[in-house]
Amino acid sequence: MPRGKTRHCSQTKRIGHLVDLMEFQAKELFAKHGVATTLGVVAETPEAARAAAEEMGGVTVIKAQVKAGGRGKAGGVKIAKTADEAESYARDIIGMEIKGLRVNRVLVTPATPPVEEYYFSFLLDRSNRSHLCIASVEGGVEIEEVAKTNPEAVRQIRIDAIEGVTPEKAAAIVDEAKFPAELRDQAIEMVQKLWQVYVQEDATLVEVNPLARLEGDKLEALDGKISLDDNASEVRHPEHAQFEIREEADALESKAKDKGLNYVKLDGQVGIIGNGAGLVMSTLDVVAYAGEAHGGVKPANFLDIGGGANAQVMADGLDVILNDEQVKSVFVNVFGGITACDEVANGIKGALEILGDSATKPLVVRLDGNNVEKGRAILDELNHPLITQVDTMDGAADKAAELAHQA
Amino acid sequence: MSIYLNKDSKIIVQGMTGGMGAKHTTLMVESGADIVGGVNARKAGTTVELGGKELPVFGTVEEAMKETGANVSVAFVPPAFTKDACIEAIDAEIPLLVVITEGVPVLDTAEVVQYLDGKSTRMIGPNCPGIITPGESLAGITPHTIAGTGPVGLVSKSGTLTYQMMFELKDFGFTTAIGIGGDPIVGTTHIDALEAFENDPDTKAIVMIGEIGGDAEERAAAYIKDHVTKPVVGYVAGFTAPEGKTMGHAGAIVSGSSGTAQAKKEALEAAGVKVGKTPSETAALMRAILNEL
Repeated sequence: MPRGKTRHCSQTKRIGHLVDLMEFQAKELFAKHGVATTLGVVAETPEAARAAAEEMGGVTVIKAQVKAGGRGKAGGVKIAKTADEAESYARDIIGMEIKGLRVNRVLVTPATPPVEEYYFSFLLDRSNRSHLCIASVEGGVEIEEVAKTNPEAVRQIRIDAIEGVTPEKAAAIVDEAKFPAELRDQAIEMVQKLWQVYVQEDATLVEVNPLARLEGDKLEALDGKISLDDNASEVRHPEHAQFEIREEADALESKAKDKGLNYVKLDGQVGIIGNGAGLVMSTLDVVAYAGEAHGGVKPANFLDIGGGANAQVMADGLDVILNDEQVKSVFVNVFGGITACDEVANGIKGALEILGDSATKPLVVRLDGNNVEKGRAILDELNHPLITQVDTMDGAADKAAELAHQA
Repeated sequence: MSIYLNKDSKIIVQGMTGGMGAKHTTLMVESGADIVGGVNARKAGTTVELGGKELPVFGTVEEAMKETGANVSVAFVPPAFTKDACIEAIDAEIPLLVVITEGVPVLDTAEVVQYLDGKSTRMIGPNCPGIITPGESLAGITPHTIAGTGPVGLVSKSGTLTYQMMFELKDFGFTTAIGIGGDPIVGTTHIDALEAFENDPDTKAIVMIGEIGGDAEERAAAYIKDHVTKPVVGYVAGFTAPEGKTMGHAGAIVSGSSGTAQAKKEALEAAGVKVGKTPSETAALMRAILNEL
């Protein structure tokens, strides 16, 4: 359905636009819904980390803020005994890469060593088309290992999507996971509040790991991960826009986003434009296979222009792709379902007029489906030196890969 | 024969008077589908002319069904209102509900799917192109001109790949082609469609198109192994798609599947399904099977 520029957001999400929050953002949502946590201070410089540590006094934890797991194992989490150490660790961590993501900020919190670590999450259970709670009193970073070696210790409890988590359900969860009796009431309350985070923020994942038992038998979310449903953010959570941190995006992705395009930058030489998420994904595959015979060239991006392939959308798409220095050729792959191929052909024609001399890379165009004859005729008549028309998807992919390899 | 939709299907459109609803109602009328009316509470009692047909607008799905004998509803309702529109149709006991709307919050879909439990309605979608039984009926946005009737059953997550595959096999034709939608939760699954095609005497072979993410294809593979006797050819898109950054541990604990295209391909092949590397190779595999029949 058309919803303006975000038309295909739910589909591109699957190839990289997950709306995952960083730890400090997750903790803000925890705090908003009354889940016990320590917010700490976000620092973008070593000096700011030092100031935060001085202000807190005592031992602090310096944690890399990136949207990836395994931060501790990558050296992105350090315990600082002094403000000097806090500054020094922050200097090491800011700028490091964790799973290909650059760390631009750290979270500084007072160190609160847990007495015990538990695991807790709510998530969307695609297989059972409902929600699931996972809880274990044997938590910590090795939870996946525990799930394999001692599955009985990791309880999976289905949640009714209509009833949700009632006080009775929360008690049943806590009892099934065998939380210590002295923490039972606290745990029941926390489970209900975490469900509020999940439902009221339209999350698809709310994970607390570790859920810590601190000195004095106090339960606290020491670390958290939240993924938000971007469909819901679009429909009823305009406030979620604040969680988008743009500097992480590639410059081309940022430009594409400004133009409302569903674009993901990849590492390759053949620029791709297509209509429909499935067809574009398939186009990437076909180009990668074709590239095997042409020096191993690969697709340079994912770009789904959706149904309305008018001249401006096509020009915006081409503009982004042609500005990718790695790109040597472009493959435009359109199957006209509802979209008519003559409209697409006019879009390409108009795009080349708009771009003028800045368009310098060869375009391989494959049109098929609705009004294909008219569409091909428009491009034949245009007889543009950069355009090659090929009738089949496989043949066009091969041509685009060949041109990219020759360039 | 066909599955879910046939020449006796009488279709109403929820959201018929909106932009997308009006455009595609026109196309459905032009395809020859028996469109009998629409639903819009604010325009109840009026009529709208679409595709050369004067269509009555009703206040509720229940009223529309009572007045027209409709047994299918196609919903083009904006995402914020889709849940309520679905529940209304389910409460009216519409036999088939096809939800085209893209961008429905997944918690809403989860509620609707839970609500369907024990009810008489089959829901297809959301975020799907709908269903076409060529030569008989169309409930959705699939172009009716791509392919005619024939022995192939098609079930796909993706809309444009549905069109592409129908085009590739247009010389053979289809009993029914159904786009189940690519959202994390959908009303009709690959397995539901496979079961229906297995039971449809006119369907001689089945094409199943999947995409990266989730474990629906793996589950379908297990189902095929145990329950499907007809030849199945598969295609999975997304071999070269970048892996999402894995957040947390919950997903891995639950599914045990990586959700990659490779994992899905292997699962399908282990179930005896021939899997094509590209749409045209997939079509060639199906072509070879059909020529043997």
